[in-house]
Parts: sequence; C-alpha cells; structure tokens
Amino acid sequence: MASTGFSVSRLPGFATIAMLAFLALYIPILTLVVFSFNSEVTMGNWGEFSLSWYQKAWANEDVKDATLRSLTIAVLAAVCSTTLATMAALGTTRRATFKGQTFIYVMINQPLMVPEIVTAVALMIVFGLIKTVTGIHGLGYLVLAHTAFCIPFAYLPIRARLEGMDLTLETAAADLYATPWLTFRRVTMPLLMPGIIAGAMLAFVVSLDDVVITEFVKSAGQDTLPTYMLGQLRRQLTPEINAISTGLLLLTVVMLTAFFLLTRKKD
Amino acid sequence: MSPAEENAVKTSARNGWLLSSPALVVLAIAAAGPLVIVVIYSFLKAGTHGNVVWTFSLDGWQSILWTKDIFTDSYVWADAHLSIFWRSVKLSLLTTAITFLVGFPTAWFIATRPPKARAFWLFLITIPFWTNLLIRTYAINEVIRKEGLLNLTLQKIGVITEPLNIIYTDIAIFTGMTYVYLPLMVLPLFAAIDRFDMRLLEAGYDLYGSRMQILRRIILPIVKPGIIAGSILVFVPSLGAYVTPRVLGGGKQMMLGNLIELQFGQGKNWPLGAALSLTLLVIVTAALLYYVKVANGEKRHG
Repeated sequence: MASTGFSVSRLPGFATIAMLAFLALYIPILTLVVFSFNSEVTMGNWGEFSLSWYQKAWANEDVKDATLRSLTIAVLAAVCSTTLATMAALGTTRRATFKGQTFIYVMINQPLMVPEIVTAVALMIVFGLIKTVTGIHGLGYLVLAHTAFCIPFAYLPIRARLEGMDLTLETAAADLYATPWLTFRRVTMPLLMPGIIAGAMLAFVVSLDDVVITEFVKSAGQDTLPTYMLGQLRRQLTPEINAISTGLLLLTVVMLTAFFLLTRKKD
Repeated sequence: MSPAEENAVKTSARNGWLLSSPALVVLAIAAAGPLVIVVIYSFLKAGTHGNVVWTFSLDGWQSILWTKDIFTDSYVWADAHLSIFWRSVKLSLLTTAITFLVGFPTAWFIATRPPKARAFWLFLITIPFWTNLLIRTYAINEVIRKEGLLNLTLQKIGVITEPLNIIYTDIAIFTGMTYVYLPLMVLPLFAAIDRFDMRLLEAGYDLYGSRMQILRRIILPIVKPGIIAGSILVFVPSLGAYVTPRVLGGGKQMMLGNLIELQFGQGKNWPLGAALSLTLLVIVTAALLYYVKVANGEKRHG
C-alpha cells in the first residue's frame, strides 16, 4: 500500500502527541544519564566530561555493600521463585480444569493486586514478630519476601510457553517407555527452557527494582541499592546518585534486550 | 465416565495441587497470610512507643476519620487525614485521566506502524516500564527541581527570572506519577488497539462518518477493555504510591502510602496504620472487581 494519500488508521494530531510522549519519557532519563558525567556538582555548572562520580560510587563502601546485597537477593529470589513458578505452571496447565484452580490463580497473582505498601506493612509486622521471637536477623526475610512477590512475574511467561506446547511429544516419550521423570528432563524441560529463562530474568529485574517492601522488611544495615538511594534523599543529592542510577539503568536495558531476543517468536 | 477415567481425573487434580503447593506455601507465608495479621492489628490498642497492646479497641478505625480533641475530650473530624485522602484520590484520578489522554494517541501511533517499526517503538515504551521506579522518580526530579533542567532552560531563554517552585507541591507529585505510570497505560491500550480490525474504519468512512464520529462511535467502544485495564493499572499504584510522593512531595505533601508509613514510624499508631492499609486494600479490590466484571461482560457480548 502506498503511504501517501488517505489512510484510514491515521488520526490527526495523534502522531504529534506520541512523539511528545516519547520525548517526555526520555528527556528526564537522558538528563539523569548526561549529568552523571558532569565533573561539577550542580546542573547549572557544566565543568567537563568526567567519570569522577562513577569512581566515587565505585570507591564508596556503602554502595559496594548494597550492590552486592541487591545482587545476592535478586539471584536467590529469581532462582527460588522461578523453581516454584515452574512447578506451579506445570500443575495448572495442560490438564483438565480441577477444583480450586481459580484459587491457585488468585493466590499466585495476589502480589500483583495488593498495593505494595500494604504488603510491606504486613510483612514488617509479621517478620518483626518472628525476629523478636527467634532473634535471627539474617537476609532470609528479604529473600523470602522477594521470592513471594517475584512468583507471579516468573509464572506468567512460563505458563504462556507451556500453553503453546502440546502433549504429543511427552505422550510419544511415554509410549517409548520413558519414565515421567526422564520425560520431564529430556522432553518437557528443554522445550520449556526459553520460558523459564524469561521468567527468571523478569523475577531478577523485579527483585532488583524493589524499594517499598525492602525498605520495610530490612533490618538495620541491610540496605539494598534502591533503599540506599532512597536514604540519600536526606542529604544533598550529588551526581553520584546519577552515576549509580545510570549503572542500574544499563543493567536493566541489557537484561530487557536479552529478554526480547529470547521470547521473540521465530517466524 | 468409567472408573479408570475418573481415577485419571483425580490423579491429575492431585498432581496439580501437589505441584502448585510449594509456591502456595511461600505466598501464604510472605504475601497473603500476613494480611490477616494486619486485620488483627487494626483492632488492637496502640502502644505508647509504637507497636501494639493486645487489647481489643476500635480506636484504629475510628481515628481514620475522627480525632479526640485533647481539651474538650470530644471527637472532631481528622482534617489532616481527610485532606490526605482527598489528595490521594484527586491526584490518582488526574494521573489516570492525563495518562489516558497522552497514552491513547501514543498506543494508537505504535499499533498503526508497520511490524518492524512497531517492535522498535514498543521497546522504547518497555524500557521505562521496567526501569526502577526510584530511578525514574529521580529522573523527573532532575527536570522539575529548583535548579533542574526546566528552570535552567526557562531562565536561559529568558521566560522567567526566578525559578519556578514546582518541587514539593501537588503538581510535582502529579507530574511525577504521570511520568512514571504512563507506560502502564500505553501497554494495555496498545494490546487492545493491536487486536482492533482496521477494516471497521473503512466501513465507517464509507458510511460518511467524520473522524470524530469514528473515534467516538467505533474505536473507543471496541478498545474499552484496554482503556479500563490501563486505567486500573495506573489508578491502583497511584493510590498506593509511596516512593514518588516521598521524593517529589518532600515529606510535606503526603499521600495515603506516606500516611501509612508515618503511623508505623513517628506517628507510633500501628492500629491506625493497619486500618489505613486495609482501607486502601478495600478501595483497590473494589476497583479490580469492577474491572473483572466489565471485562467478563465484554466477553459475553462479543
């Protein structure tokens, strides 16, 4: 079709608004990134292009500590939630609907429906009680909380992948006397892998991004990178925050690009 | 059904439950279960140094709307709470409206691109969607703060001489929420428009419909489920927003999320905090149920 002339799907002004929306979405992010390279502290004063704020952030023990903790929690939460979500997805797809299935769906998606601040407060109370009773203040609470709210994010792509797979290959394997476990390991699992990896990556990003629940659940000295950044609000913000943000942003973009390449339909 | 078939169905259901149970246990411990404790705490007495005293009391619920006047011992409206409630609802509705007005043309634009370009534009929406909320809030803060990009630019080109005081106002929170939640509106709208059959537009134009008529009478009714989904996705987190009002409201302009936090911190009124959390939960659940009802209704009709 020629692109000139009357196009039914064109609505006047829509393209302009869309362009303005994209500008509005990216100008603030680009501003944040650009001024992370400013050697001066204030925005009105552009010194020269410099990596000094990155060096400062890199040398900051608190930042290093929080980064390491963020990554630890995100990896553990991603692995745990993806394992649980894979099992749940296998349990809730490709079989006759059974009693209580709606309940399972609601439970799995529940973290998406309850406002974060409410979950945060609830967990603070419950984990607070457990902390006083047991006297244990480890990272386990954060890992458990993150695992829980990452489950729906890991579940959705895995379930989508499973729903697109029919049972013929598994039936064939069973016909050839493969045990259920062998069938799972050699047939189901490899076919499901792109879904599992996509789910794990979403869970990782979601865990890495969490501010509110972590802020309420963490014990003293358990800052993650986002809660550390939120804590910096009390002081004057310096471009060091811009540098840390840019680093996190880069990580998100890399993960997302990988996610897109993995889930892209091959046709 | 033969007994063998019946058995197979039973086994399948049992396996379904068995496979789902580990996830359900974790969710019961660290997501759904703790909500029960919040209900209990909302009916207890506040401890003097925070936490609770284990005696039954309705104070938590009562103090959402009324506070005891310490001089006359009578109950008066809790103006501070009411104004925070009003601000939360007002700003959330405004955010939903503006993200729709901007998001609909944006989603339409993306959905009407050729496939290759569409993937590119969609990716541009997805990046902010998955970027840390705090980073995006700091990003908009870079633009609207006193020595921020907006003020510097306006001063440089001579539109203003004194910097505009946007930061730490309702407008700052509203701008910030519109900015951070826009992708949440665009994505479901895009999904709805993407399924829209463009031939309907040809039919509309053949019948001499004007652009406005076609937008109002054909497009909007058909993509309505997407509009509702997007509105819920923006309204719900806006109402419970915590990070954005904290950063851009500077602790002075509070929203519901900040009021809840205050009760567990300096406010030292955990039962009130619990009651406020449940109020928020009830409003959000009502909105979601409304969505489910409308979405199911649409399915039945079409």
